[in-house]
Amino acid sequence: MTLEISRRSFLAGVGAATTGLALGIRVGGATATTSKLFAPNPFIQIGNDGLVSIWCSRSEMGQGIRSSLPVLIADELGADPAKINIVQADGDEKWGDQDTDGSASIRMLFDDMRHAAAAARQMLVAAAAARWNVPATRLSAHDDAVHDGARALTFGELADEAAKLPVPAKAALRPRTELHHVGAELPLRDAPDYVTGRAIYGADVSLPGMLVAVISRPPALFGKASKIDDAKARAVAGVRDVIELPAPKPPIKYQALGGVAVLADHTWAAMRGRAALAVTWDDGPNADYESASYEQALLAAVRAPGKAVRKLGDAEAALAKAATRVEAEYTVPHLVHAAMEPPAALARVDGKKCEIWACTQSPQDLREEVATALGVAKTDVTVHVTLLGGGFGRKSFPDFAVEAALLAKRSGKPVRVQWTRDDDIRHGTMHTVSAQALAAGLDAHGKLVAWRHRIAYPTISSTFSASETHPSDGELGQGISDLPLSAPNVLVETGAAPAKIRIGWLRSVCNIQQAFAVQSFIAELAHATKRDPRDMLVEVLGPARVLTAKLQGVKELANYGSTEENRPHDVARLHRVIEKVTQMAGWDRARAAGRLLGIAAHRSFTTDVAVVVSAVKGPRGEPYIDEAWIAADAGLVVNPDRVRSQLEGAVVFGLSIAMHGSITVKRGQVEQSNFHDYRVARMPEVPRAIHVEIMTNDNPPGGVGEPGVPPVAPAIANAIFELTGERHRSLPIVRSPL
Amino acid sequence: MTIKLRVNGAPKELDADPEMPLLWALRDLLGLTGTKYGCGEALCGACTVHLDGLPVRACVTPVRRAVGREVTTIEGLHDHPLQRAWIDLAVPQCGYCQAGQIMTAAALLKAIPKPTDDDIDHSLAGNICRCGTYVRIRAAVKKAAGV
Repeated sequence: MTLEISRRSFLAGVGAATTGLALGIRVGGATATTSKLFAPNPFIQIGNDGLVSIWCSRSEMGQGIRSSLPVLIADELGADPAKINIVQADGDEKWGDQDTDGSASIRMLFDDMRHAAAAARQMLVAAAAARWNVPATRLSAHDDAVHDGARALTFGELADEAAKLPVPAKAALRPRTELHHVGAELPLRDAPDYVTGRAIYGADVSLPGMLVAVISRPPALFGKASKIDDAKARAVAGVRDVIELPAPKPPIKYQALGGVAVLADHTWAAMRGRAALAVTWDDGPNADYESASYEQALLAAVRAPGKAVRKLGDAEAALAKAATRVEAEYTVPHLVHAAMEPPAALARVDGKKCEIWACTQSPQDLREEVATALGVAKTDVTVHVTLLGGGFGRKSFPDFAVEAALLAKRSGKPVRVQWTRDDDIRHGTMHTVSAQALAAGLDAHGKLVAWRHRIAYPTISSTFSASETHPSDGELGQGISDLPLSAPNVLVETGAAPAKIRIGWLRSVCNIQQAFAVQSFIAELAHATKRDPRDMLVEVLGPARVLTAKLQGVKELANYGSTEENRPHDVARLHRVIEKVTQMAGWDRARAAGRLLGIAAHRSFTTDVAVVVSAVKGPRGEPYIDEAWIAADAGLVVNPDRVRSQLEGAVVFGLSIAMHGSITVKRGQVEQSNFHDYRVARMPEVPRAIHVEIMTNDNPPGGVGEPGVPPVAPAIANAIFELTGERHRSLPIVRSPL
Repeated sequence: MTIKLRVNGAPKELDADPEMPLLWALRDLLGLTGTKYGCGEALCGACTVHLDGLPVRACVTPVRRAVGREVTTIEGLHDHPLQRAWIDLAVPQCGYCQAGQIMTAAALLKAIPKPTDDDIDHSLAGNICRCGTYVRIRAAVKKAAGV
C-alpha cells in the first residue's frame, strides 16, 4: 500500500493524536517500505521482512470485528495473530461485500476468509517444499513459518518465492482442531487506543485548510427552504460560507436530505452560524405526518383482514370454535439509533477525484452515492473507513458523507460535516412504527389450535421505492414467517402502511416489534390458562423439528440469506437455549421463592437466544430489572469475549427499547432532540448482573451483533407484568422525559 | 482573543472566542480529539474532562472558565489504573464514550478511593454508553479501586 505524500504528511502532522492504524493506514509501516510482497489476494500481504498484513473488510462499530476477522485469517494462515498488522479496507469491490450489517461479518465471511488464508498458506508451503525439495504434505505452517521437523523457513523468507506461484483455485482448509485461536480468549486489539483517546472516529480526521459544516435540514422529509436569510450567520466570526444543498427527489434512498449548510473554521462557529440562520421551510408532502394519529390508523388496519402472507389450515374457523380465545394488540413506536458518535464525514474534492473519510457501515454504497452526487466515476472516489462510535444501522446510510462531498466541491476546500445530536435524532433513519393484533384459540385442554397475527408498519422498502406499503418477505422473515408454532391453523395478514418519514434498519430491525408482540402474547396465553410461561413458550413453539416453507405455510423462508441446508432452522436449538437460560436463572426455584421473572426466546440472524430477567421495585417504586440471564446458540464462535460483550450490550439496548425508546412526529417533524427527551438506559437502570452463556458448537457461525436484542424487551414486559400485574402492550413502558 | 491554558501539564495558547466551549477548543484548536462530542448539552458525559481535578462537561464549559486552571483530558492519563482495568476487562465496544467514562471514574476514585456499587452508579449516571458496557465499566472501576 503506497501512501500519497500529502496524506502521509497529514497523518504525520496529527501523529500525536492518531495511531494511523485506526485509520487503516500504517504510516511508515513495513507495508509501505517492503519492496517485494506476497499478496495472493486483497486480504493478505506478507513482506519479505516477515510482516503479515491483514485487511479487515468490515467496519468496526463496537462488535469487535477488527479483533475477530483478522484473527480468523491469521489462524488459518498460520500467522501469529498478536503480530499481524491489521489494515482497515477502503471501500472497494475487490474486498467483496463490505456492508457491515445483518450480523453478517463472521456469519457470511467465515468460509471465504478461511479459503483466502488457506490459499496463501498452501503457496507458502509449496515454496518451502520446493526450497527443501521435500513433499509439501510433510510440512506444516504455524507461528509465521513453514516447518519441517526442526527446521523452519519464515513466511518472510518464503514471500518472494511464494509470490511466483499460481494462486490455487481452492485450497484445503485446516481441520477445526488446528485452528488454535478461533474460539479462544482473544485480546481486544483496539483497547489501548480506546482508553487513551488515540482511536480515530469520523469527526477526528482533519485536513489542512479544512472547513467544518453544520447543516440546517428540512424539518420534514422532502421539505425545501422557501426563503433563506443568512446575513446573521455570515456575520458570526469564523463562518466562511453558507451553501444551500440540492433537494432530494423521492424515493429518498441514500440521498442527502438537502438544507442549508454553514461552513466555518471550526465546529463551534459552524454551530453558532447555523443557529443564526433564518430559514423558512416549505414542509412539503410529509407535513401532514402525525405519529399519534398514524398509530391509530395502523391499529385500524390490523383490526381488519389484510393480505395473507402465511396460511396453514383454517385459523378463522378454528378461532371461532376455540374453547378459549385470547386477543391482544401491540404497538411499538419509531425508534432512532442515537449512537454516541453522531454522523461525521470529511471530504476532499480535487477536480474529478474525491477522497472521503467517514464512520460508515457501507463504504461501497457511500462510494457509489458520492460518485452519483458529484457526477464522477466510482473509481474516482476513495473511501477510507474510520472507527465508528456505534452504528446500529444508521451508518449504513451514506447521506452525511454525500453532504461533505457536495460541500467540498462547492467550497473548493476540504469539508468535514458534523451532525449535532439534535440532527441525529430529528433526521435519523427511523425504525418503523408498528401495530400488531394477535388472536389465539385454545382447546378445552389449553392446547393451542389457532393463531392469527395481523401486522402493519411502513416497510424499509419504502425508502427505496415509495409505492411499497407492506412488509417485505425479508422483514416477515424476522420472526413471522419463520416463527415455529405448534398450532395447526395459522393465518398471518399484513395491512397497508405508507411511509411518511425515512425508514431504516435499527439493530435487529423488524425482530424488535415482531418478537415483542409474539413473546408478550405467549406470556399472555400462559396467564390466561394459568400455565408456567416457560412451559407455555415451549409448547407454543412446538416439538423439535427443522422448519421448511411448506411446514410454515409460507412461500419461502428468508433465513437471513442462508440456505436451509447451510443454516437449517432447527427448533431444538431454541428449546436448548430456553432450557439453558432457565437453568442459569434457577427459573423454578427462583419463582417458587417469589422472584418475578419474565422469559422470551427468539431466533434471528440464524442465532437462537433466550432471555430471563428479574423485576423488582426500584428506589422510587418504579420497575427495575435487577438481574438478567441470556443464553445464545450462535454455532461456532470465533471470539467468545466479543460475543459475550455483544449479548451484554444487547440486554442494555433492549432495556432502552422496552423502557424509553419513542420518537414521535408532529406536522412531519420529529419532536425529540437530545438525550433528555429521547432517553436511553443509564448505568443505575441497568441490572447489576447480566449473566451470559454461549452454547458453543461446531455448527456454522450465526449472527451475533443483533440476535441478543429481540427477546429482551418482551422478557422485560413479561417480568414487569409479574411485578405489577400491568400488561404493557405499547412500548415504551416508561413515558416520562428526564 | 488570546487565551492561555494549561492542558495536561503543558502551557497552551490559543486564539478563541472566550465563550467557545472547552470541547471545541480542545478538539478543533488544540487537536486533542480524545475528548468526544456526544450531545452538546451536558446530557451524555462523552466530553468529560477535569478542571483542577474535578470532572466537567467540556461541551457546556466556556473556555474562559478554564483560564488559569489545569485541564486534564484523556490524553493526560498515562497508564492510569482505570485504563489498565479497562483493558484487562475488555470494557470498550465502540469505544466512543469511554474517554468520558474513564475521566468521570478517575474523578470518582480521587474523591472516593473505595467506591461502592451505588457510588459508581451515582457518579457515572451522567455518562451514557449506547453499546451498553455498563456492567463491565462498573467491574473495571472496582478492579482499579481494589474493591
